[in-house]
Amino acid sequence: MENLETTSINTWCPGCGNFGILQAVKLAINDLISKGTPKENIVIVSDIGCNSKIVDYLNINSFYSLHGRSIVTAMGIKMANPELKILVFLGDGAALDEGISHLIHAAKRNSDINVIMHNNRLFALTTGQFTAVSPKGLKGKSTPEGSIEEPINPLELMLAANSSFIARAYSAKIEHLKNLIIEAVNHKGFSFIEVMQPCVTFFNTVQFYNEKVYEAVNPELDSREKALALIKEWNYNGEGKIPVGILFKKDRTCFEEESNKHLVKDKKPEIEKCLQTHL
Amino acid sequence: MKNKKDYSIIIGGAAGQGSRKAGLIIAKLFNNLGYNVFISEDYQSLIKGGHNFSIVRISESQHFSTREKADFLLALDANTIDKHEKYLEEKGCVVFNKDKIKREKGVGIASDTITKELGGLPIMSNTALIAGFSKAMGIEWKVLEDALKKELTKGIEKNLEIAKRAYEETKTVLILERIKANPDPLLTGNEAIALGAVKAGLDIYYAYPMTPATSILHYLAEHEKDFNIITSQLENEIAVINSAIGSAFAGKRSMVGTSGGGFALMTEGISLAAQAETPVLIINSQRSGPATGVPTYSSQADLLFTLNSGHGDFVRFIAAPGDANESCYWSGKLLNLAWKYQTPAILLVDKELSESTFEFDEKVLKEIKKEKASLWSGKGEYMRYADAKNGISPMAFPGNKAVVKGTSYEHDIKGLSVEDSESIILMQEKRLRKFKEMALEVDSLEAVKVYGNKKSKKAIIAWGSTKGVALEVAIKLGLKFIQPLVLQPFPKKQFEKALKGVDKLVLVECSALGQMAKLLNCNGIKVDKEILKYDMRPFTVEELEKKLKNI
Repeated sequence: MENLETTSINTWCPGCGNFGILQAVKLAINDLISKGTPKENIVIVSDIGCNSKIVDYLNINSFYSLHGRSIVTAMGIKMANPELKILVFLGDGAALDEGISHLIHAAKRNSDINVIMHNNRLFALTTGQFTAVSPKGLKGKSTPEGSIEEPINPLELMLAANSSFIARAYSAKIEHLKNLIIEAVNHKGFSFIEVMQPCVTFFNTVQFYNEKVYEAVNPELDSREKALALIKEWNYNGEGKIPVGILFKKDRTCFEEESNKHLVKDKKPEIEKCLQTHL
Repeated sequence: MKNKKDYSIIIGGAAGQGSRKAGLIIAKLFNNLGYNVFISEDYQSLIKGGHNFSIVRISESQHFSTREKADFLLALDANTIDKHEKYLEEKGCVVFNKDKIKREKGVGIASDTITKELGGLPIMSNTALIAGFSKAMGIEWKVLEDALKKELTKGIEKNLEIAKRAYEETKTVLILERIKANPDPLLTGNEAIALGAVKAGLDIYYAYPMTPATSILHYLAEHEKDFNIITSQLENEIAVINSAIGSAFAGKRSMVGTSGGGFALMTEGISLAAQAETPVLIINSQRSGPATGVPTYSSQADLLFTLNSGHGDFVRFIAAPGDANESCYWSGKLLNLAWKYQTPAILLVDKELSESTFEFDEKVLKEIKKEKASLWSGKGEYMRYADAKNGISPMAFPGNKAVVKGTSYEHDIKGLSVEDSESIILMQEKRLRKFKEMALEVDSLEAVKVYGNKKSKKAIIAWGSTKGVALEVAIKLGLKFIQPLVLQPFPKKQFEKALKGVDKLVLVECSALGQMAKLLNCNGIKVDKEILKYDMRPFTVEELEKKLKNI
């Protein structure tokens, strides 16, 4: 086992769903390294929020970016060096509020990065406000009478944005999540994993997920219709069962590979030739 | 009679009629005859219609400025004559499309008829006008033929046939003689910026289209293979700056380009680059504001915003070149400095500089090379933010045999988040030492230039594209002219030297608030008079001369 510990003291609340995610990530990284991915070729990028402290807890290349910008920062890293394997950790607020345009565009252009959205369905580090996936009626400090907005379904959004890999996980199912992360990294192109993550302090959903989450299988992984049926089983309010697993997967050319394909190693720029056209 | 040859030609038409291309071909013709040339573009934010024009200045001496008066007017439509005839010199001449415009005076060319008779496309009517104009100016057929062959990409044979007919049908009104032998390449400010960065090792250019920075994106995209670089258009300026920072973190030299509104969106990224100590070069080409302002017109009103861009305590390099040579040099220099000091660097230009066409001195490229950044030796455990004496911690990149931790959070030497007082002070002081080094670096560069009558007690100060006109008028009136090139860190020593013996300092700036005066005032330099222009057009030579005459 690779030692991935750092000297940072973990400051997540006891019982936080993030611990399960951290454990699954450690297992997945170890698995990738043991199967031949050099440790130095793995980069984790985080956003801002409780989840994003993960970079302090893993002794591996990392970039702790700005709120909502982890996806585009990660894209820049991948563009610069397509050999790197990139995991992005961000919350529902970062992915679906502050940075939603980047999420949609990264999926659309099939950037070869792996986005792991810790979905606790509210802003936690700012002490509890609604996000785009909070259930209608969520009482937080900014909505004492309850949120008046309906939640959006992020997986439906990802399907519409043409994400080439869509999965859902539950932070308590560590082995299951570990396998999903490995599958995502091995998938060439954009991968989106939504991890249902209880926030024990501001929105404790442990009981709720334990009752509703079930491991689902899409028999036709590249079928949008079948994926959509599974994705729509739960409406992010109270109703429906919550399927977890890979819900959609369809290969297509990826962004960084296309952007890099004309480059010739060690070729010097031909400025003189270009200046001729200016005479 | 003028002492030296100096002519101004206005080429105008509706958007989509091709006046800009016609202006460039004419400029190249005179460049080939050995004239110094400069083109200023005036166009509106629309695609078809309206009124666009190019002012082509051709002269024996080099001038990067425009005159109010024109010697020749090449009119693609009647509107051009209505708008510009009043600025025509007494002996000036109008060359026009006889099929569209009815008038007696000047040189009329039946360009539409010729084009139609020879079976050309309607746009080829411009070729007839250029050819007629060339004949009127006494340019040899061979020179014109070569220029057309070079400039026209489609239907060359047909164009040449049309040109020949128009050339033959037009009378020569005066002969502009050949001056010197070798033409110089003609580059817009933006093209020069692109070349400077490429020469300094640019790997990736990210942008979101915004006038007047867009042509950097176009030019680099066009030459992506020649330059062996990547250009990438992303969803907004926030994505652009953060991706550029990501690429730099992974070891690739990245640059971004935008204008005021886009730059405003990028400021969170500028702050990030400062904190994460990640190099990035930002081109900020000013246009008129506030807000949408007048999108295709020039301004120098984003100086104070640029100086203070990004939240938090940090210093960035800011340089403001005044012509294509300086634009090329400083974009290369700033890319190198960004990497040497692991910092954001901003090249502050403006529409008049970005989109005007200048003669370019190829020697500038020889002064630029990819300078080495401080890299990790590979020994011991890597610490991204090692407490280096000069504040510059050697860089390693993902993929190196190291754990590289970059961060927006305050951090320890490893790059792990900290919140305790001692660790914060350690890292802040490391950065402060680096800022000192940056200031020393500026002292070693030509950060302030002095021109004109160096003994004059009266000096004018101008920066950016205003350099061209300020320089010309200063020489004419026997004044000293001081041009600040580096604006942050502020080159105090060089300023003090430049100001020796000056008892009256006049600022010339295209803004409403006189922003350079405020920067100088912060550094203990008092500006005595401000000559400001805020119609979003550059000063003309006549205009500035009049204002400076009685200072």
